[in-house]
Amino acid sequence: MQIIDVLKKYPASQTSLLEILLEIDRLKDNHYISKEEVHMISEYLGVRTSHVYSVLTFYTLLSTEPRGKHIIQVCKDIPCYVNDAFDVRKTLEKMLNMSVGQTSRDGLFTLEETACIGCCDEAPAMLIDLEPYTNLTRDKIERILASYREVTL
Amino acid sequence: MMNAMINNVSVEVEDGLTILEAARKYNINIPTLCHYPELHINSDCRICSVEIDGRKGLKTACSTPIKDGMNIITNSPRVLNARKTITELILANHDANCTACTRNLNCELQSLAKNLGIDINRFPSVLERKPLDLLNPSLVRNSNRCIKCGRCVDVCKNVQAMHVLETMHRGHEMTVGPAFDEPLNDQTCTFCGQCANVCPVGAIMEKDNTDVVWEKLHDPSVYVMVQIAPAVRVAIGETLDHENGLISNGKLVSALRHLGFDHIYDTNFTADLTIMEEGTELIDRIMNGGVLPMMTSCCPGWINFAEQRHPNIIDHISSCKSPQQMFGTLAKTYYADKSNIDSRDIYVVSVMPCTAKKYEATRKEFRSFYDIPDVDIVLTTRELSKMFRQMGVDFDLIKEEPFDNPFGITTGAAQLFGASGGVMEAALRTVYEIVNKKPLVDINFESVRGLQGIKEATVDLGGKEIKVAVSNGLANTKTLVEQIEAGTSPYTFIEIMACPGGCIGGGGQPYGTTNDVREARLASTYFIDEEMVCRKSHENEMILALYEDYLDEPNSEQAHHLLHTYYEARK
Repeated sequence: MQIIDVLKKYPASQTSLLEILLEIDRLKDNHYISKEEVHMISEYLGVRTSHVYSVLTFYTLLSTEPRGKHIIQVCKDIPCYVNDAFDVRKTLEKMLNMSVGQTSRDGLFTLEETACIGCCDEAPAMLIDLEPYTNLTRDKIERILASYREVTL
Repeated sequence: MMNAMINNVSVEVEDGLTILEAARKYNINIPTLCHYPELHINSDCRICSVEIDGRKGLKTACSTPIKDGMNIITNSPRVLNARKTITELILANHDANCTACTRNLNCELQSLAKNLGIDINRFPSVLERKPLDLLNPSLVRNSNRCIKCGRCVDVCKNVQAMHVLETMHRGHEMTVGPAFDEPLNDQTCTFCGQCANVCPVGAIMEKDNTDVVWEKLHDPSVYVMVQIAPAVRVAIGETLDHENGLISNGKLVSALRHLGFDHIYDTNFTADLTIMEEGTELIDRIMNGGVLPMMTSCCPGWINFAEQRHPNIIDHISSCKSPQQMFGTLAKTYYADKSNIDSRDIYVVSVMPCTAKKYEATRKEFRSFYDIPDVDIVLTTRELSKMFRQMGVDFDLIKEEPFDNPFGITTGAAQLFGASGGVMEAALRTVYEIVNKKPLVDINFESVRGLQGIKEATVDLGGKEIKVAVSNGLANTKTLVEQIEAGTSPYTFIEIMACPGGCIGGGGQPYGTTNDVREARLASTYFIDEEMVCRKSHENEMILALYEDYLDEPNSEQAHHLLHTYYEARK
């Protein structure tokens, strides 16, 4: 689907902005909103690019830079932190050979941190795309990453 | 009315006031930082925190309405500590090299730190330095000094409806700037400079050109002349510790002579000339079926706005150059011819209340010879004040002096150019008398004066009633422009000034321009007009002599060649 088709699905009003941004992000394998897209959205909605860019950069689930096919978001809030015996973040960084904020060389994963995702009872937890993974252990993380790699291959 | 206690003093105030407003009525000063009269920022910085009996946490006085029976404490150790901590945190993320900042001793953050008694900052600096935006001729953005108060965003978005500046990112990462953090000249910024005028610190400033002016003043091969805009003389006194709106005509001339200027002229002279050209153009458009409504062209912020956002209405804009540029052209043609000086040796400095004028002077259309700008450099009111300080000019001691000739004899009408509605009023005085061939009974057009956003008047021209409108501030301008685009504009002549109040409220004027200050500057503007012997541009004898001697007649071929310009869609 073209960006213009996404835009046409929504009324040309400022209130559609967030939904449009989310849909474009979902649509693209590299999950980001480009400068050209910001201009197109601002023209369609009749708002300034500064407004679109402001909303786009406010939400951590959106990005202005290309990201991986799958976005791993590690919860950094207190219950996950307290229950995290082996350091989920560091484990992921090691397994993926990159740090938070980066994208793996094969373009498969981007590693990010997120605020509470509501899985405190099964902490530590993380999201991959919109799928929650809870009660994480080192082995579990390894299996999860492998499953994503398999599907892609 | 309601009763409350502030610091154990009982206060009685009308309903609907905030705690801040109520306290001020009783001379209880609660410090603020992001708060600014006429803007809509509330509780961003939290400096105005106070304690309210029975309420959890501290509340911000600027946004909390005062209620009957409230017991408010503004000076408890808890409040003072909170204010100090907030200020220290701001300072930890601020380039606080105060002595190397244009706002030194004129900075709201610095004053706050002093008043709160901050003698040590408990927090180490977390400032991550970013490069400055130096790419346009008007404004410099230094985000290392930005304290994220939101004033520039509010004035850009809500007062000017330009919305170039916005807050980006969130939390600790939050910044203020244009989309994609691009430089201002990549944006549709009009360079109106209202952001610079309301900035409490030195994060947005005019591009400083004082050094090059000092150089030229001491270069014996250069013939330096200076012109001063009408709005500067009713504002510059404020920067020299005088009351708002002090009129400093004669002292200004004298102070400029102290700086070393030998040829001190008045932009009011070319304002009169503008009225002759623009008035004649209006009459011609009315009589000969030209494009109407005609819109004024003196304001470079407005011209930028039209060229960038509404190029389809360009034909409505008068082809007259602004008074600043008419002066520049005359200096390098007429003056050079008459004085037998090579125009390349003439250096024209202009002092303007405006940051967009700096950009205007660089436009390629305004180069009469050798690709050299007609106006070589533009200083804002604030920069001229800086030069006075550098030199140590004592405004109280110097004697008044008249402007030099030939560009020194002016009228009351020209002084009105500094006020919103002034160009309209000056034009109507002339156009009415030329068309109706009889003197105006009352030359004061009160209905186009004042700070109202859009003002209207009706004038009888040759038995026909025409409607005129005046707008100040770009948000109001948008309304009038959209009427024209829709073909529903009821007006024949429209004056547009990009800044609220007109040039007296320009982006290059002294800091702290609020509506009270604007009113004082306006009152002085109308006072000068009343006091002038001659109050109509077409009765300025020096202007009439200039036509006789050089320009032929208004809108003649020669006048068109020298005093008119064109506009084009940009970006």
